Amino acid sequence: MVSLLPTEDEIILADSARSFLDEVAPVSRLRAMRDAGQGHDHDLWQDMSKLGWAGVLIPKAAGGADMGYAAANILSFEMGKTLAVSPFISTSVIAATVLRQLRTDRANRRLTEIAKGDLVYALAFDGAPKHLQNTPDVMARPSRDGFLLSGPKTLVMEGGVADRLLVSTKVKYGYAVFDIAATQTGLSSSPMNLIDGRDAVRLGFKDVWVSKDDLCGEIDQEEPILKRALLAGYAAVAAELSGIAAGVFALTIAYLKDRQQFGRPIGSFQALQHRVAHLWCEMEVTASTILNAGRMLDSDPDNADLAVSLAKVRAIRTARLAVGEAIQMHGGIGMTDALDLGFYMKRARVASEWLGDESYHTERVAQLRGL
Amino acid sequence: MDDLTSFRQETRDWLATNCPAAMRGPTDGDADICWGGCNWQFQSDAQRDWMHAMADQGWTAPTWPTGYGGGGLTRAQEKVLTEEMARIEARSPLDSFGLWMLGPALLQFGSEVQKRHHLPQITRGEIRWCQGYSEPGAGSDLANVQTRAEDAGDHYVVTGQKIWTSYADKADWIFALVRTDRDAPKHQGISFLLIDMASAGVSTRPIKLISGASVFCETFFDGVKVPKDQLVGQTGQGWEIAKYLLTHEREMISGGAQGLLGGRSVMKVLADAEADLKDATLRAEALACEIDTLAVELTLDRYKDMAEGGQGVGDASAMLKYIGTELNKRRHEVMMRAGGSDALEWDGVHGTLAAEWLRTKANSIEGGTSEVMLEIISRRILGLPG
Ligand SMILES: Cc1cc2nc3c(=O)[nH]c(=O)nc-3n(C[C@H](O)[C@H](O)[C@H](O)COP(=O)(O)OP(=O)(O)OC[C@H]3O[C@@H](n4cnc5c(N)ncnc54)[C@H](O)[C@@H]3O)c2cc1C
Repeated sequence: MVSLLPTEDEIILADSARSFLDEVAPVSRLRAMRDAGQGHDHDLWQDMSKLGWAGVLIPKAAGGADMGYAAANILSFEMGKTLAVSPFISTSVIAATVLRQLRTDRANRRLTEIAKGDLVYALAFDGAPKHLQNTPDVMARPSRDGFLLSGPKTLVMEGGVADRLLVSTKVKYGYAVFDIAATQTGLSSSPMNLIDGRDAVRLGFKDVWVSKDDLCGEIDQEEPILKRALLAGYAAVAAELSGIAAGVFALTIAYLKDRQQFGRPIGSFQALQHRVAHLWCEMEVTASTILNAGRMLDSDPDNADLAVSLAKVRAIRTARLAVGEAIQMHGGIGMTDALDLGFYMKRARVASEWLGDESYHTERVAQLRGL
Repeated sequence: MDDLTSFRQETRDWLATNCPAAMRGPTDGDADICWGGCNWQFQSDAQRDWMHAMADQGWTAPTWPTGYGGGGLTRAQEKVLTEEMARIEARSPLDSFGLWMLGPALLQFGSEVQKRHHLPQITRGEIRWCQGYSEPGAGSDLANVQTRAEDAGDHYVVTGQKIWTSYADKADWIFALVRTDRDAPKHQGISFLLIDMASAGVSTRPIKLISGASVFCETFFDGVKVPKDQLVGQTGQGWEIAKYLLTHEREMISGGAQGLLGGRSVMKVLADAEADLKDATLRAEALACEIDTLAVELTLDRYKDMAEGGQGVGDASAMLKYIGTELNKRRHEVMMRAGGSDALEWDGVHGTLAAEWLRTKANSIEGGTSEVMLEIISRRILGLPG
């Protein structure tokens, strides 16, 4: 029986993350980056790494904190609340989960570098605007002790700043994942001008030669190396979305108590009270699915698919409701860039699309429930 | 083997021996439920044996103390019992307002004598209770109850009218909110009384529901003598007790969504009516319901874990009640659509689905309406101004 109570360690982690982020990485930090046209925050990532966040899923032997997926979700949730920008999900959740499974010296060295905050990874996964649509995608053909990669990748988060890329490809009889330098010859990269101001690129592979040694694990039918990493990524993005909802909700409640119309606070109008109360209920229900997804990834990862997709669907829906209600309940000022609400809305939209949208994860639930 | 693992094994073995085959598999609506009580006629020998076997174990009230007829289980053990019962689709041995509502309130506020007297009769299904809260003028505004209890020395004299009293015509006893002080502020003049329905001056009149059944009644008290030792807590403490009891009632009602996964799942109804899977609109709604059901179940579990960990559910029971009942209504809409014209008969190939669908409409009214739940959340949890 997994307990859906946070442990004492998890409560401490959440508290310390919250006080660090409130002080060091409030939304104003993202605003300043956006205004300066920066998509990556090197200093913040260094600070987070010193706190052990970069190595949250990395074994202690490789310098990590090895706290597990429920803990990673907690960090992701707290970062979502203040919209902190970091390569946490790409690097410390997805890449770390891939590298851990390899058990090679090289992979372990890279894990050590990740834990120190010295190595940033990006995941080059989707070839098309929808997750796992699979057309078009990067194809890998055998050539001289290695492979030639050709094809497009899109929405490569942290793709501009990453040192290394994990690239999913199709080979003739299955799938292969490569771990390559972001500077590989023949690789073209063009920045995406994302609405939420974060760093992402489109990649074009034109006969990019990669060595056999860059292959992660084996060529396979099922992408098993990536599978667990994707699950962990789905859950972490769901947690981030849940944090985004919580962050914007707090702003909304404060405004309802503060803003006066008709001689009283707008939060005294029942039409608004019932809508925020409903939203709060949705957030509570979603919070259960996030905690459960973390618990399942930690205790029974081979059977975590349902828990994870459930969490992502719920988190997408709840975040959409939260950011929409936030702007509506602020009235005109909600539409202005001077307030932070727009940042929440834009981050929520990107996070809803990244690593599988509502339809994708709903269909996964349908399959897993036998419909 | 840890304690829980061996408890699971023992429970599994015990259920295998003691749960009659006829008590496994989904119930077919209200008619299959065992309510107990003085006048209860068991629908079958299996139903009687099953209730007695479970009551002997204390498992009709698994977490109540053994001294009061309960099973003394921890929350973790209770979860194991629930899981093991679900595994063989064992039916609930006994459902009653005594188990769901009065019991928890007596455990908290009752005197030792009241607990020793009433609780074992509840767990053994000997006495059936009903709830006398609502009145014609006191629905959502429950604190407006007007039924009077006049102090007459060693007893009270109760006069007034209750309404929407579920199963009042079948119940042996009623727990009622009465006004003992007409001068005190509205919330402070209320007391919580236990009244024998066989007392002189108590009468009931059934009211027919849109689902065809007559589960609830008008209940009249005409100068009913009630001994003073049937007062729970102090005079004037009725509102506090009533609210505590309501949090349990609300958790129970919200759990309606939970049983459905084990019982008549939306997915199963859709799968049975295979052609409907091609209806993309219906399929999408069914999927949305399924997702919310899984998520709501996890939330009920999470709050039970919190309660076990010592954090009371308190006002958040309003959230559980609201989400559970609104979801249950949605699920039944989907099931009716899936059934098509076959689901339009009172007793057709889909059993009593139509009656159940109609009955779910009361879920978001009984025990406090959805609007009142949202009111509680916005005031007490979110701290919004009145
Ligand atoms: C099937 C069924 C079984 C029941 N069983 C029992 C029982 O066993 N014992 C018992 O005591 N009672 C029972 N009830 C009664 C139930 O608790 C009441 O019906 C309920 O509390 C609502 O009261 P009301 O019917 O007077 O509606 P009203 O209070 O008149 O409400 C009418 C509408 O107004 C809304 N409303 C009221 N106040 C507000 C407000 N402040 N803000 C916004 N909206 C508001 C309500 O939400 C509702 O939509 C049962 C009801 C049903 C349907």
